Amino acid sequence: MAINCELNGEEVSLDADPSMPLAHAIRDIAGLTGTKVACGKALCGACTVHIDGQPVRACVYPVSAVAGRSVTTIEGLSQDGNHPLQVAWRELNVAQCGYCQSGQIMTAAALLTRTPEPSDDDINTAMDGNLCRCGTYTRIRDAIRRAAEGQS
Amino acid sequence: MSELRKISRRQFLKQTGQAGGGLVFALTFATACQPQEEAVGPAAKMAASVSPNVYVNIRNDGIVEIICHRSEMGQGIRTSLPQVIADELEADWDKIELIQAVGHEKYASQNTDGSTSIRQQFDLLRNAGATARDMMIAAAAAEWGVPVEECSARNHAVHHEASGRTAGYGDLVDAADGMPQPETAEFKSREDYRYIGKPMDTIDGVAFTTGTAIYGTDIVLPDMLYASIERCPAYGGTVTDYDDTRSREVAGVVDVVRLPDPVMPPVFNHQGGVAVLATNTWAAEQGRAALEIEWDRGPNAVYSSEPYKEQLIASAMSPGNEVLSRGDADAPAETMHEAVYYAPHLSQAPMEPPAATARFNEDGSCEAWACTQNPQSARDTLAAVLGIDKEQITVHVTLLGGGFGRKSKSDFIVEAALLARETGKPVKVTWTREDDLRHGYLHSVSAQYFRAGMDEDGSVTTMLHRTSFPSISSTFAPGATGPASMELGLGAIDAPWNVPNMRLESCDALAHARIGWFRSVCNVWHAFGSCGFVDELAAIRGKDPLENLVEMIGPPRNVDPADDGGEYTNYGQSLEQHPVDTGRLTAVAEKVADMAGWGRDLPDGHGLGIAVHRSFLAYVGAVAEVSVDENGDIAVDEMWLCIDAGLVVNPDRVVSQMEGAAIFGMSLALHGELTATDGAIDQGNFDTYPIVRMNEVPREIHVHIMESDAPPGGVGEPGLPPVAPAIVNAYFAATGTRVRELPLRNAGLT
Repeated sequence: MAINCELNGEEVSLDADPSMPLAHAIRDIAGLTGTKVACGKALCGACTVHIDGQPVRACVYPVSAVAGRSVTTIEGLSQDGNHPLQVAWRELNVAQCGYCQSGQIMTAAALLTRTPEPSDDDINTAMDGNLCRCGTYTRIRDAIRRAAEGQS
Repeated sequence: MSELRKISRRQFLKQTGQAGGGLVFALTFATACQPQEEAVGPAAKMAASVSPNVYVNIRNDGIVEIICHRSEMGQGIRTSLPQVIADELEADWDKIELIQAVGHEKYASQNTDGSTSIRQQFDLLRNAGATARDMMIAAAAAEWGVPVEECSARNHAVHHEASGRTAGYGDLVDAADGMPQPETAEFKSREDYRYIGKPMDTIDGVAFTTGTAIYGTDIVLPDMLYASIERCPAYGGTVTDYDDTRSREVAGVVDVVRLPDPVMPPVFNHQGGVAVLATNTWAAEQGRAALEIEWDRGPNAVYSSEPYKEQLIASAMSPGNEVLSRGDADAPAETMHEAVYYAPHLSQAPMEPPAATARFNEDGSCEAWACTQNPQSARDTLAAVLGIDKEQITVHVTLLGGGFGRKSKSDFIVEAALLARETGKPVKVTWTREDDLRHGYLHSVSAQYFRAGMDEDGSVTTMLHRTSFPSISSTFAPGATGPASMELGLGAIDAPWNVPNMRLESCDALAHARIGWFRSVCNVWHAFGSCGFVDELAAIRGKDPLENLVEMIGPPRNVDPADDGGEYTNYGQSLEQHPVDTGRLTAVAEKVADMAGWGRDLPDGHGLGIAVHRSFLAYVGAVAEVSVDENGDIAVDEMWLCIDAGLVVNPDRVVSQMEGAAIFGMSLALHGELTATDGAIDQGNFDTYPIVRMNEVPREIHVHIMESDAPPGGVGEPGLPPVAPAIVNAYFAATGTRVRELPLRNAGLT
């Protein structure tokens, strides 16, 4: 079945089983592997993408539900890889293994859109669903603060 | 109006499949980030080049290729390894290109495990850079007809001061071609380092932040099948019968294959089971869910954690095998104190579950792409299982989405290769989180018994330590009943305690799970037990925990377990170069206490706890500040870590490893536990096997690196062992309640 949607600004038609989770459709059908799967149960946030600007857990979100909507993945977050969060992430060398970081950045980007000057509590609450086994959390906080300061 | 782009899987492959060599990556990504030892573009290999050794290739376009033979899993080796080579080579950081090595014996050990990359290969890496530098100097001298001694290398070029001549490395390639490869060279002085010791940015930073980093799970090959495998719930069990009728009805499912039964001992081999192969991951998982399988759970169906825990504790309470002894640990004492510590099975749970892709080529050769910590071992294992010459096997190393010991084992790569051979198509095997937690190589469960005797004035005169845990040896030798000396050397034989009468015993314990390495391995429970127990003695002796700890470590000296009959391997390195130096241990204890403001007034319900531990030739002290709320729940508010790892290559990556160890240690202290029922692991995902989330993260994790002239120690693992005991000791300081069992959530504290 073909599901028509916008993916990173481009109109696409995804030929996928409607029940297929969006994360698998993005990875296996559209071939964008920046979105990661790490739990498959919406428990870790590694698969976070934006649908119409809202962060969702793509590993449990059926691809059929994005018909006619706009999906943004880490690859489409910025034209040049220089979203303030991506820059801050690099300046602070946040990533260790890097695997969860696409999801971390996408969740953080949605936070900054919603709350351009987040408090520490805002950051903790927004990021609580994104797990990092390497333990980069304190740098994630710092990078979000830095990006927010740069934006404001 | 944008054109509607239809994407089916086949079209996607067609669109992207033209890229060289037939290997399809989903994306075009920066060549510097491409984790493949392949030509990275038409221009890359057209340039003539010279290879002074297997780690360096200098191209005539001036680019120095550095070959990274170790695996990147978050520790930063893809940054620190080129730092070392480029420094000795006098290369310009902006003119290097990093190439990820395939598994091959021409490299030194590629087993990225045991925190060994720098501590064991620092000289090898320096030599790779220094000999390459000398080769370029020799080439320039020959070209110019001047003595070698009059030439020097700096900033990617060779200079001849007397004549003012300069030649860039790229321009010297022709002259260097065919020159002898020097085997040794003089190393630079430490004060001349340009990159070593500097906090260089992570080389993969752009890839990590733009979704272009390629992990094991991201590999895509033309006509590839996606596999998902149902394995026996119990370790070592086998398929009795199965029905795949419903599986084959799932759209996208192409085949169902029963894997060969597992062979004991498991080593690094596959575990059997039934694989469903499909045109995408989702279809494979749906098809797998529709399988109906009858299992013979085999001999480990008897494994249930509750009764096993009782047995393990009983074994630790009974006399064991003497491993080390001095004086008479059974000598009478004025006061005796004893305690039992217990810690459960854990899973490494890297964020990227194991994933591998394999393909057989027309000439019978086999290629695999995997997030492996050990491509040499993977290659050997594949050769043995497939029965083909290892020259016919290539193991490409992707980035690893975390490893922590799990990805040292190649079982998942074997699965992909067996299925590729069976189906005649490239196959990617992707483990789910449930597969990872239920079918991994478990961190061992452990019980320890401690007993100390004190005289009238409170001096500790005797200590008995018994340690009981199913051994990693059981993964390699059937029926292994007790710890190997290597495991006892992880924080037990090398205990620093300055007690005149001391004995260490190991106890028998049978394994019913597949046991494997986990970040810092046995040091986790040995530090938890011994640092917890020593902290207990502080209270009994009426001493401040820091003062007690420093006194228990005793005066600065080198501990040699052989003096007391202990067989100690010192992480494979010499005690002369890397002694067990109690002075350095005390120094990190005092420094970290100072950082944390030890002795300051704390609000009610708050406590500071300290622990120190030497492992992998590095010394780490940790202090935790915890608070306990009105519900009795614990929070870790702030942490401090101090590491003495000798010389460090990239201090920022060392700091990040300490920060990560603090979080990893919190996870196992607060939440981590795997249990078994009838041989099957009870937990399946992050809901039942929680790891620390942002809301639990301390407001700050402070890290200090000791200045040291000592040779490099390990970094990836040594931060972890002192974290859990620091938290447990802090909880005692806050509440007066001693916890001797992990995780704390079982005591209702989280």
